[in-house]
Amino acid sequence: MQDDRLIIAGRELTSRLWVGTGKYKDFIETKKAIEASGADVVTVAVRRVNITDRSRENLLDYLDPKKYTILPNTAGCYNVEDALRYARLARAAGVSDLIKLEVLGDERTLFPDTVGLLEAAKILVKEGFIVLPYTNDDPIVAQKLVDIGCPAVMPLAAPIGSGLGIRNPYNLKIIMEMIKVPIIVDAGVGTASDAAFAMELGADAVLMNTAIAGAQDPITMAEAMKFAVYAGRLAYKAGRIPRKLYATASSPIEGML
Amino acid sequence: MAETIQIQVNGEQRGCRAEATVGDLLRELAIKTERVAVELNLEIMDRKDFDHRSLKQGDRVEILSFIGGGAPVDVQGKGRGFVHAG
Repeated sequence: MQDDRLIIAGRELTSRLWVGTGKYKDFIETKKAIEASGADVVTVAVRRVNITDRSRENLLDYLDPKKYTILPNTAGCYNVEDALRYARLARAAGVSDLIKLEVLGDERTLFPDTVGLLEAAKILVKEGFIVLPYTNDDPIVAQKLVDIGCPAVMPLAAPIGSGLGIRNPYNLKIIMEMIKVPIIVDAGVGTASDAAFAMELGADAVLMNTAIAGAQDPITMAEAMKFAVYAGRLAYKAGRIPRKLYATASSPIEGML
Repeated sequence: MAETIQIQVNGEQRGCRAEATVGDLLRELAIKTERVAVELNLEIMDRKDFDHRSLKQGDRVEILSFIGGGAPVDVQGKGRGFVHAG
């Protein structure tokens, strides 16, 4: 699958596993896990610089922006105004026009506020951002995001950090069939089989953070996810057999005694 | 001694030399200007202006950069535990 590249807004990406950088013990573990995952898109948050303790290192000292596509998010934003502010700050910080847009609706579920999301996406697309929206597994909202000008859509598999896996494979499948831009399944993956499942459904990529960072051995889990995404992609391209209720013998009857 | 003014940086009051620029403040704080965004009184600055804009009494400066989401949100003062960066 050498030429199985994912292209989003003209950017060619080699890995179909995207990873977050939160919740790791330290930057060394973050770097090792990302290397083990083989991901080339990594998400980051935008926050105040610690001005009282300048000994604290910068994450980007560990992640070479030439090697990775840095995808800033608007995590923690619960309204359109905040999401716009953080997106603009992310761009001002000078990495690129890419933004993973999140407008969250509620602290307990971290489910997207899709009304706010559509409003914010419309404004940011007009301002020239490449908007990758974190959204619900709702095909209609996904289509509206595409109509606005989002070059990819990122529906959730389950609540962020929940590890519940693919809760609504049928909606995701409908999104993948209906939507003509890349679909990145984002959030909710718990273990390798969840990632493989997402890819088998036809996802173009999977984005995860907690499933790796929260594992007992994050670096080994990162490697497991790399293989799972790869295996799921191969299985999708190969085309699985249809499900049947009854057996079909694999060995020929002919030649039996 | 040079006159000092009071400004707010990332939510904290601090003294600053009158006539100092935003660029001077960043250097004083040992913050590399690359991959940093500065918001001055709620307006995002163009980094080309860092060395031209002088700070004034009462200015509110926010200096932001990229982090992994795992750090506790004390920097935000909201205490919401973890920020996810997925």
